[in-house]
Amino acid sequence: MSGYRLPAGGRIDRSKPVAFQFDGKRYQGFAGDTLASALLANGVSLFGRSFKYHRPRGLLAAGSEEPNALVSVHRGPGRFTPNLRATNVEIHDGLNASSQNRWPSLKTDFGAINDRLGMFFPAGFYNKTFMWPRSFWDRLYEPAIRKMAGLGDAPTEVDPDNYAATYAHCDLLIVGAGPAGLDAALEASGTGKRLILIDEQDEAGGGALADPALWPWLERSMKALSSAANVTILTRTTAFGYYHDNFVGAVQRLTDHLPANSEAPREKLWRIRAGEVLLAQGAIERPLVFDGNDTPGVMLSSAAKIFANRYGVAVGKSLALMAVHDSGWHDVFALKKAGVGIAAIIDARDVVDESLLAEAAALGVAVHLNHSVIGVKGRHQVASIEICANGNDVRRSIPCDALLMAGGWTPSVHLWSHSKGSLKWRDDLGAYVPDQPNENCRSIGACSGDWDFGTGAVYDVLPTPKDQARIKAFVDFQNDVTAKDINLAVREGFRSIEHIKRYTTNGMATDQGKTSNLNGLQIASTALAKAVPDIGLTTFRPPYTPQTFGALAGHAKGALFQATRTTNIDGWAEENGAIFELVAQWRRARYFPKFGEDMHAAVNRECVAVRNSVGIFDASTLGKIEVVGPDAAEFLNRMYTNPWKALEPGRCRYGLLLKEDGFITDDGVSARLAPDRFHLTTTTGGAARVLNMMEDYLQTEWPDLNVWLTSTTEQYAVIALQGPNARKLLEPLVEGIDLSAEAFPHMAIREGLICGIPTRLFRVSFTGELGFEINVPTAYGRALWERLMAEGADYGITPYGTETMHVLRAEKGFIIVGQDTDGTVTPYDAGLDWAVGKKKPDFVGRRSLARPDIIAVGRRQLVGLLTEDPKMVLEEGAQIVADPNQPVPMTMIGHVTSSYWSETLGRSIAMALVANGHAMLGETIYVPMPDGTHKAAISSMVFYDPQGARLHV
Amino acid sequence: MILIHCPYCDEQRPEIEFAYAGQAHIARPVDPDTYSDEEWERFLFIRANPRGRHHERWRHSHGCGRFFNAVRDTVTDKFETTYKAGEPRK
Repeated sequence: MSGYRLPAGGRIDRSKPVAFQFDGKRYQGFAGDTLASALLANGVSLFGRSFKYHRPRGLLAAGSEEPNALVSVHRGPGRFTPNLRATNVEIHDGLNASSQNRWPSLKTDFGAINDRLGMFFPAGFYNKTFMWPRSFWDRLYEPAIRKMAGLGDAPTEVDPDNYAATYAHCDLLIVGAGPAGLDAALEASGTGKRLILIDEQDEAGGGALADPALWPWLERSMKALSSAANVTILTRTTAFGYYHDNFVGAVQRLTDHLPANSEAPREKLWRIRAGEVLLAQGAIERPLVFDGNDTPGVMLSSAAKIFANRYGVAVGKSLALMAVHDSGWHDVFALKKAGVGIAAIIDARDVVDESLLAEAAALGVAVHLNHSVIGVKGRHQVASIEICANGNDVRRSIPCDALLMAGGWTPSVHLWSHSKGSLKWRDDLGAYVPDQPNENCRSIGACSGDWDFGTGAVYDVLPTPKDQARIKAFVDFQNDVTAKDINLAVREGFRSIEHIKRYTTNGMATDQGKTSNLNGLQIASTALAKAVPDIGLTTFRPPYTPQTFGALAGHAKGALFQATRTTNIDGWAEENGAIFELVAQWRRARYFPKFGEDMHAAVNRECVAVRNSVGIFDASTLGKIEVVGPDAAEFLNRMYTNPWKALEPGRCRYGLLLKEDGFITDDGVSARLAPDRFHLTTTTGGAARVLNMMEDYLQTEWPDLNVWLTSTTEQYAVIALQGPNARKLLEPLVEGIDLSAEAFPHMAIREGLICGIPTRLFRVSFTGELGFEINVPTAYGRALWERLMAEGADYGITPYGTETMHVLRAEKGFIIVGQDTDGTVTPYDAGLDWAVGKKKPDFVGRRSLARPDIIAVGRRQLVGLLTEDPKMVLEEGAQIVADPNQPVPMTMIGHVTSSYWSETLGRSIAMALVANGHAMLGETIYVPMPDGTHKAAISSMVFYDPQGARLHV
Repeated sequence: MILIHCPYCDEQRPEIEFAYAGQAHIARPVDPDTYSDEEWERFLFIRANPRGRHHERWRHSHGCGRFFNAVRDTVTDKFETTYKAGEPRK
């Protein structure tokens, strides 16, 4: 193929030259060119190397169905996009593109050795060959195969581009702005309907862009639509997926066609909800299957017309046409009139319409009816073709530099199929067309099988006298699947087209079989001697064309990937050097290292400070639910294991929440503020789940209860003040609350003022020390915190984080739901029998506590562990065995749930779930870890102050 | 993304506003103690898995917060109807 720029014609702007690079070489094109058309105009015929055999490949098509000409575009650091179709890449000054899957260069590719060895690479080759030994797969076979068979390189740097996203709603969405789509849009624009018209190309028009006679109509139509206020036109926008209830996903390419990178979003994801969808996606021309049909210069007939009429480029100086469809004849007539040399028309049919013959004669074009192309000469570009009369081995050679294929048309039913619309087979078209819709959707124009460019015959493989086993007749160009591969799959017993597809990989490349599916079906149909509808059709799934991860991710990356919840005190923690951790969506201070401290040193210091004087902790993330109403106590009584009705206002209770299956799902201390008002707390991560569960029971099981539930998690900042000096620090700051031990005992709540701020003051402790949790309106959190820090200086007040909180609570054997429990732990397993109201007739999960499995012996129960070596801190999650000398795999009897160094006790402590653990107090178990097996004794979970003397002061 | 009609808001809203809440019309027994282990097992764990019409619960979590019932076809994923909690099975 020796393409060149035609002296006139096309929609390119010849007054605006554009300089670009391909594989490091400089070229010039014009504004309006694609990379494909500009390179063709420069005489380039070789665009890529095929996936498996590394065969040289040229352009097959002019649109998004292009399987061969995949390129990478470099736009500077991090801005690298592989696997773009050269036919879709608009050139601009400075465009830097390169070919793929070749080494060291496109013309000299060492991987092409695969082509010589082709007989060793049949369908299923990899599955059959690289099976043994297993270990070779990961180390040798897969890396080697991946290096050889591949597409573009995956980008390795972070993408610095921005991507936008939006929702849109319309009465009518039209996908495809070709003649059918534009006609429908013009008609609908007058009705006042909100209309969105989408087209993947840089300008609307579709097929009309390659038909100069339609340009005046196109201009008038676009003028009318552009001025209509109810019409939104989105070009460079691909509707890639059609989802439930007329929800269509589309990506609009905003800046890739512009010369300079900008901070503006590169692409925009449109999520469109439409009242009605009109699909006007058009049809894709089918290649023909014959020996050598992948030689550069063999291309779709319609593509040659598009290159000539739209881009002013002749794909060669002397073109031959291999047709089984009238449309190819019309294309060739148009090309001839545009000044392109035509060598011959070959048609496999023995009869064609008289008018075609007459026009060919009038234009002086040689015609060979009832003939087929049986071979192509030339490696990097077509030099000549060999044709043969059908059924009669009379061969002749025709010199030409390009061969056009007119194999008929395949309606683009992709989006229709995404929407689950049904398809029907049309023998005359050799194609599936839309049948019954599943959404409020219509298919119009060529994608419904409705076109005006004539009729044709349907061939699976063109007739040839050659030995079928020796020819290379490609079906899927991108995945290098030949007719032979599909026949082999059938011979090896594959019957379903879904299996044939996966075995041969026909239609599984990035083009998803746009040009190969129907030919593959026809070949399988012949091989199986079954009609095409009887062997089915593979399923079309989104996306229609590959889309960038950037567009799909949109803003949801980096810090915006997930919302981070912060407390009012978070800023103070940050300014004071806190190391943070994420707990559910909350960012919490884990510890506050002083200069040079590692985590352990910081946590040890924080723990000692709480035990000896006073520590301060941001507990604002605790889930909080206000439960209000005359039946509030009755409701909580039914939800929690504990009794609530007798709880006096002003007192708190530890509440244990089960699911109906009897397993612990949440816990927390809750306070009764008034007969009809409770202040519930939940775990930090459980807040939303618990509220949902309570709403569920309240709305659907007990709608008769007069109770209201309100999430108040974010209404209060909560500061825990813990340690023997907590009361002394608080006393001068509080108004209206008597803090004395007699007036304000452990597990009580009082309302009053602290530093003039209204507070709900809890006397509770998750540390085992005298402690308070001060609830104030969120906005006052940091101010109060800073005041307490200032006032507490005399006591050496020490801020502590979640890590210290964990150690302190573990020293007291307080559980963390979700760490020491895992959804299979009952109150009995957890040693929380005391929290279960034995006299209560019912509560959520109560009946399940009597299930056979729950009362069975051998359940894993929560216990303490003391390692024989007090310095040894076990690994959380480590498995526990009874006998370390048993053969592997050992019988595991439990695992470590919590494990810390306790500076206060001068040794390690741990909690564990162990089968029958409660009955094993004092017994020895073993914990195998990577550094050796450790011996430990089962103990009580309460390691510190078992009598609770420090709490009740 | 499916559109779901909330019978309380009387609005057709996108699926992301809602949360699925399991099979519908499984009332919690008034007196669970009278249930045998087998009956309780059925109540807790055994659920229908029909090919076709399925009665199920949804919650308009990011809307009115109400739980309601729906009939959805598990093959087509289309909602036949939605109705308020407490109304008879449709």
